[in-house]
Amino acid sequence: MRFTPEANEALARAGFSRRTFLKGAGVLLVGFSAAAVGERTGLAQGPFGTQDRRVARQLDSWLAIGADGRVTAYTGKCELGQGMFTVQTQLVAEELSVALHRVHLIQCDTALTPDQGTTSGSQSTPTNFNHRNLAQAAATAREALVGMAARKLGVPASGLALEDGVIHAKETPAKRVTYAQLVGGRKFELEVSDTAKRRPASEWTVLGKPIGRIGLPEIATGQFEYVHNVHVPGMLHGQVVRPPTVGAALAGVDEHSVSGLPGFVKLVVRKNFVGVVCEKPWQAIQAARALKATWTPGPPLPPQAQLYERLRSQQPSRDTLVVDSGDVDRTLAQAATVLKATYLYPYQMHGSMGTSCAVADVSHGKATVWSPTQSAYPTRSGVAMLLGMAVDDVHVIFKQGAGCYGLNGADTVSYDAALLSQAVGRPVRIQLTRKDEMVWENFGYAYVLDQRVGVDAGGTIVAWDCETWSPTRGNRPGYGRPGNVITGFLAGFEPEPFDARAATPPTRFRNGANAAPSYVAGCAGGTCDGAGTVRSERVLAHQVASPFFTGPLRSPSRLQNTFAHESMMDEVAAHLKADPVAFRLKHLSDPRLADVVKAAARRAGWDARPSPRPGNPRTGVVHGRGIACVAYEGDNGYSALVAEVEVDQDTGRITVTRFVAGQDCGPISNPDGMRNQIEGGALQGMSRVLGEAVTWDEEKVTSLDWRSYHSLPVGIRVPVFESELLNRTDVPATGAGETVITIAAAAIGNAVFDATGARLREAPFTPERVRAALAAR
Amino acid sequence: MPLSLVVNGRPHSVDVDPSTPLLYVLSDDLRLRGPKFGCGLGQCGACTVIVRGQAIRSCVTPVRLMAGAEITTLEGLGSPEKPHPIQQAFIDEQAAQCGFCLNAVIMTAKAFLDQHPTASDEEIRSAFANVLCRCFTHTRLMKAIDRYRRGLGGPAAGDQARGR
Ligand code: FES
Ligand code: FES
Repeated sequence: MRFTPEANEALARAGFSRRTFLKGAGVLLVGFSAAAVGERTGLAQGPFGTQDRRVARQLDSWLAIGADGRVTAYTGKCELGQGMFTVQTQLVAEELSVALHRVHLIQCDTALTPDQGTTSGSQSTPTNFNHRNLAQAAATAREALVGMAARKLGVPASGLALEDGVIHAKETPAKRVTYAQLVGGRKFELEVSDTAKRRPASEWTVLGKPIGRIGLPEIATGQFEYVHNVHVPGMLHGQVVRPPTVGAALAGVDEHSVSGLPGFVKLVVRKNFVGVVCEKPWQAIQAARALKATWTPGPPLPPQAQLYERLRSQQPSRDTLVVDSGDVDRTLAQAATVLKATYLYPYQMHGSMGTSCAVADVSHGKATVWSPTQSAYPTRSGVAMLLGMAVDDVHVIFKQGAGCYGLNGADTVSYDAALLSQAVGRPVRIQLTRKDEMVWENFGYAYVLDQRVGVDAGGTIVAWDCETWSPTRGNRPGYGRPGNVITGFLAGFEPEPFDARAATPPTRFRNGANAAPSYVAGCAGGTCDGAGTVRSERVLAHQVASPFFTGPLRSPSRLQNTFAHESMMDEVAAHLKADPVAFRLKHLSDPRLADVVKAAARRAGWDARPSPRPGNPRTGVVHGRGIACVAYEGDNGYSALVAEVEVDQDTGRITVTRFVAGQDCGPISNPDGMRNQIEGGALQGMSRVLGEAVTWDEEKVTSLDWRSYHSLPVGIRVPVFESELLNRTDVPATGAGETVITIAAAAIGNAVFDATGARLREAPFTPERVRAALAAR
Repeated sequence: MPLSLVVNGRPHSVDVDPSTPLLYVLSDDLRLRGPKFGCGLGQCGACTVIVRGQAIRSCVTPVRLMAGAEITTLEGLGSPEKPHPIQQAFIDEQAAQCGFCLNAVIMTAKAFLDQHPTASDEEIRSAFANVLCRCFTHTRLMKAIDRYRRGLGGPAAGDQARGR
């Protein structure tokens, strides 16, 4: 087993150099487990070789105090560009009252850190900052240290103060003891306490502060080691040759087409997985291009122009009734006005800045994989299944990749590297080509969304009916489904089967996918958990099989659903000649959501009046403003966003000139980090709604580079950005990485309507679509 | 046949296929971490290095064209302990999420502003028409660029520096 430099450093600090450790380990050198590391060093280790979650109950799994007093912490939630490494370091420093630089965080390594599943779904902050896991472990350690100091110094705990790793008597500061003296280099041997007290937000000195991103100086100077920079001695380079479409089967491959090429090492074929290994990266790219492989075509792709219509009628279908008051049709029949609209959202891609990359070393019956995966432990299981090895013999080390936003090629490329390395018995690095990354990632879901809203004579919404269709195939592989991503599938594993299901009445209202609008009461099983007031409500979601692999692209389903809900709310307000902010507030019952709407509107200097803006001409450049809001996943973060746009009615071009966000995610761990996420989320949402769409013809995906998939470049006119953060310290922390992106599309669409009177119901809002909508006014 | 390159002031001799794009030589043979593979197609900027004051895209530049040339990469500008002013500007503005695009943005901005220290916002924007950041850190990237421009004595903060 190899250790990362960070792990080596941590061992060294605890008083064990890797050399002395290995010497002590003797014959165990090959087969030692991280448990042995823990035994010998007092350093924590994860449940290597097991998925035993009891390990996470042990304080030593989370934290260790070194002989030099430095703190090593272990987390299963990793840095993806969202700042998680920095805020978790802040968290540990805060709870343990040590300076930030004394905390060394080790993230996502199956030999060292606890199994926390996947870093995803805006769950990292709730998971590690509320009363569980890392936060609670740090609080337990603090209480334990105070207890030990009280005994040692003969001073009651209440008479002790903590300062940067030193505990002293408040009365006689000379009476002091350091953490290192108390427990340095040894284990705590304690369970994580559920009752250990967290530091109250009112006393925070490190958390809650705009601490700069750890590692940024290294990134800005080209010193930072991304997974792309991992070099292992003797490493070879691989590339893959993918089939044209899902369902195509390998008919033949001609090794002679590549065997004479310079640096060629091996052709690797496993069912429909085809790859080449060469000495050098450029040679591997040349070989993959030169390889003659023939494929028996799979089923033809549906014509892109018919996608949405087909989704509506496609069978089999998996149906979910999110909420159903049973009276929607009746209420709509009696309503003074009923508005109907259909919204369309395309497949989109993660399209990471760097294509996915991994390095694997499969030799001597062991596998080590350096991977940018968001799921170290699940990837370990997947690799073990793929290679036919015991889970214990696979070691996955997370190394940061390019921002991923969900499920890009990180998992699949880790499988690629493992398969290629196993075939040659030497370490192999593979970084996908831009085309392989884009054509074969797990795309974000396309959606069709029908809305029907009934309003009474007094201008109040009385019924909301929403029905949606979206395609799915594969997803995160989890611990046991390598076929959920392309390489596992090509190598012979099946994706999760598509099980048809008829809808049954819900027993509880869950809005995790934001399938229901914020304005419904969300009543099921005797309680009402929605954020709104509309009691006649129905939300029916259909999932059908997708011709492409799909996955949880940032704010999966939540974004698409919210685009339709928040646009529809705007349509209703406009029809009733009501101000969009006031009309929203009138139908919201959740005070936290109402508060962010008010905060954003206030900060934006919201011009309260109905849309469209009176007096705008029908040609030339016009301006408008729009708003949208969301209670993310029902209760995992509250955001509102005001967009101000400029629309050139002659060209159909939309320019967002200003964004103002209001956000409440509970107590804020790092305000600057949160602003960074809000800004990035709004602009990513803007790029997605203005230009991004996966395209294909009958045979293949045709959006395969940055000319055919349109990402807004850095050189756009960047909107002015303001955000109003409501820092609530009396509630649990929520996620913050997916809130604002969820509402960007509707805020922009609503602003375009305000400016022009034209409603955009199909994303992306390309100039052609805008011109068509303007012509239809 | 070995090729001579001068990278960040140091001479190197590499024995590679002369049609190999410079990027692979820098990141694989010379183990440099600054230049990155983003697309390999000249479309994103991730692989940018500076040669004779110009930003060039090393993913589409055969190494043979660089024989004898002086190449500067991101690590050639400064170090974490002593960052170059443009690197410091990105640190000061906290202008990164995953940071994978910083090579593209810093190297493009440096080459452009060093040649056009009084460039307007509009001119800067056109220099970035083919540079991507998929985390969409655009607001901060532009603030950092503006900060560096001010250090060069360029025009005062324009529209892109407002807000927050
Ligand atoms: S990697 Fe060279 S421009 Fe994209
Ligand atoms: S910060 Fe991630 S690509 Fe720019």
